[in-house]
Amino acid sequence: MKKVIELDNIRRDFQVGEEVVHALRGVSFSITEGEFVTIMGTSGSGKSTLLNTLGCLDTPTKGEYYLDGISVRTMTKSERAVLRNRKIGFVFQNYNLLPKTTAVENVELPLMYNTAVSAKERRKRAIDALMAVGLGDRLEHKSNQMSGGQMQRVAIARALVNDPAVILADEATGNLDTRTSFEILVLFQKLHAEGRTIIFVTHNPDIARYSSRNIRLRDGKVIEDTYNTNIQSAAEQLAQLPKNDEE
Amino acid sequence: MNITNLFKIALRALANNKMRAFLTMLGIIIGVASVIAMLAIGQGSKTSIQNQISTMGSNMIMIQPGADRMGGVRQDPASMQTLKLENFEAIRAQAKLVTAVSPSVSASGQLIAGSNNYPSQVTGANQDYLHIRQLKVKEGSMFTDNDIKTSAKVCVIGKTIVDNLFPDGTSPIGKIIRFNQVPFKVVGVLQPKGFNAMGMDQDAIVIAPYTTVMKRLLAQTYLSMIFASAVSEEYSPMAVDEISQILRREHNLKNGQADDFTIRTQEEISSMLNTTSTLMTTLLACIAGISLVVGGIGIMNIMYVSVTERTREIGLRMSVGARGVDILSQFLIEAIMISITGGLIGVLFGCGISMLVKYVANWPIYIQPWTVLLSFAVCTVTGVFFGWYPAKKAANLDPIEAIRYE
Ligand SMILES: Nc1ncnc2c1ncn2[C@@H]1O[C@H](COP(=O)(O)OP(=O)(O)OP(=O)(O)O)[C@@H](O)[C@H]1O
Ligand SMILES: [Mg+2]
Repeated sequence: MKKVIELDNIRRDFQVGEEVVHALRGVSFSITEGEFVTIMGTSGSGKSTLLNTLGCLDTPTKGEYYLDGISVRTMTKSERAVLRNRKIGFVFQNYNLLPKTTAVENVELPLMYNTAVSAKERRKRAIDALMAVGLGDRLEHKSNQMSGGQMQRVAIARALVNDPAVILADEATGNLDTRTSFEILVLFQKLHAEGRTIIFVTHNPDIARYSSRNIRLRDGKVIEDTYNTNIQSAAEQLAQLPKNDEE
Repeated sequence: MNITNLFKIALRALANNKMRAFLTMLGIIIGVASVIAMLAIGQGSKTSIQNQISTMGSNMIMIQPGADRMGGVRQDPASMQTLKLENFEAIRAQAKLVTAVSPSVSASGQLIAGSNNYPSQVTGANQDYLHIRQLKVKEGSMFTDNDIKTSAKVCVIGKTIVDNLFPDGTSPIGKIIRFNQVPFKVVGVLQPKGFNAMGMDQDAIVIAPYTTVMKRLLAQTYLSMIFASAVSEEYSPMAVDEISQILRREHNLKNGQADDFTIRTQEEISSMLNTTSTLMTTLLACIAGISLVVGGIGIMNIMYVSVTERTREIGLRMSVGARGVDILSQFLIEAIMISITGGLIGVLFGCGISMLVKYVANWPIYIQPWTVLLSFAVCTVTGVFFGWYPAKKAANLDPIEAIRYE
């Protein structure tokens, strides 16, 4: 299987005044195509820092990172921007949609920064991505006219639209109630089944049951890396949830 | 980066914030409109003053008795008797750089024709006076050399006099009007000229042979002024020198003795008035320039605030693959579009306001194409200049911090 991500002894230090904070202290692992990896750990263990590194938003202080076989460490800011545009899809906890903008235009955004995609193709791919997340009937809805679950679906569609090598999600269900969280998980499992590579940072230990692999961080180090041979179906769990449960 | 996409991005961003875009534009609109309107008003009054001065006379030279001493107490020229008829004749005979010379004396009093009367002055002059003051006889004819020789009681009159003495519209030619009991026959009517730059009615005028005015009305032998016309504008200063030499000789003034007369040219008066109106135009332009700068600062302020306000948006754009240059371009294009649109609206408003001033307040207005171009260019440059800094700031944001920004 092809290695999508390869980390070799990644370190990330932050200088805070006099002190140096070691957010990542030598992280090494690789992720092959089609894996659904959950990353867990206590607050401050370095999950977001790791995800930012994986997403080429941040450069490690030390260590090598290969994304889809390309070495990221020596890239310039602009080169990393282009790499993000082609290889990565982000899903954030707070959706981060453009305000007062329609679903379709939000999903089109990454392709706006890709000259190779024509206006016509861009629109078609945005609509396809919205169909894939079950929002085919909400194309022209504006971001402020949608529920949290719908906004997160738009965000997932936006992460899908550039056909990325890996989808990175940081607490993607953190702002949603149990039921909607499961709906989003069902969607991620569907994408996983279609062969997408997904890295999902979460606080919720239950979510590990629905992924194929779980990496646990503590103090900037990997303390556990297990493969899940008994992946549960989020759809089944969703069906068992009481209907009008607010929680 | 594809420029069409950048325009689309910028347009969508502007459309999402119409109010902000409009407020930014407002500064530019006000700036450009006021520059255009103020320059139009300034230039308008300047041109109208220039036009009026040029109709005042043709390369006119005015010679008055009395020295134009700086600082010292100056005597009333009317009480001075140094300018004589012989001086006029000497100038006419000797000066080569003047095409026309006329003496000038005036008497004031009441004009009466039938049951109508009107207070006026009678100017005594010769035929050259018409050329010098750019007057034309519309009806009838000018008095003749013979009239001057015989001190004939004839006159030509202006439109204001005609309107007041002959309100029923009958032709005044051949009619008798009385001035301080002396009857004058009207031989000609002058073409109307309107008001001059100083606001004086140039049609309230009665011209009679100078001999008649001197002998029959005033019983005096000296002149109040001599008018002349230089052959051309550029010879005007030399003509002044020439006249000055002739008069010094006539008045037996020794070297070192000051002139006992004053010579002024039309150019001097016009440049004096021009200085005033140039000053006014400059002042107006300064005010307008300030409003333009304020408009520019408005752009900077709103662009700057919008960078802070849109930090999350910028972070998001960067996370989906926008490079620094893309963000910079987007913000610059937004600034340029706002400036250009605002500039165009400002041009329309500026011309509109000028027209309004012209037709409602009846002020002279002159819109020069270069002022429109200049203010438009300046506003666009200001907009882009003040848009640059916030755009640069936006482009240099760190994507992680930007997207986390609350
Ligand atoms: N920009 C930064 N400057 C300084 N220190 C930082 C910065 N970003 C993260 N850190 C530090 O690095 C460590 C890891 O932070 P990180 O955000 O990765 O934690 P996390 O696992 O995502 O926590 P949480 O579950 O609360 O989101 C923390 O101690 C944090 O204070
Ligand atoms: Mg985090």
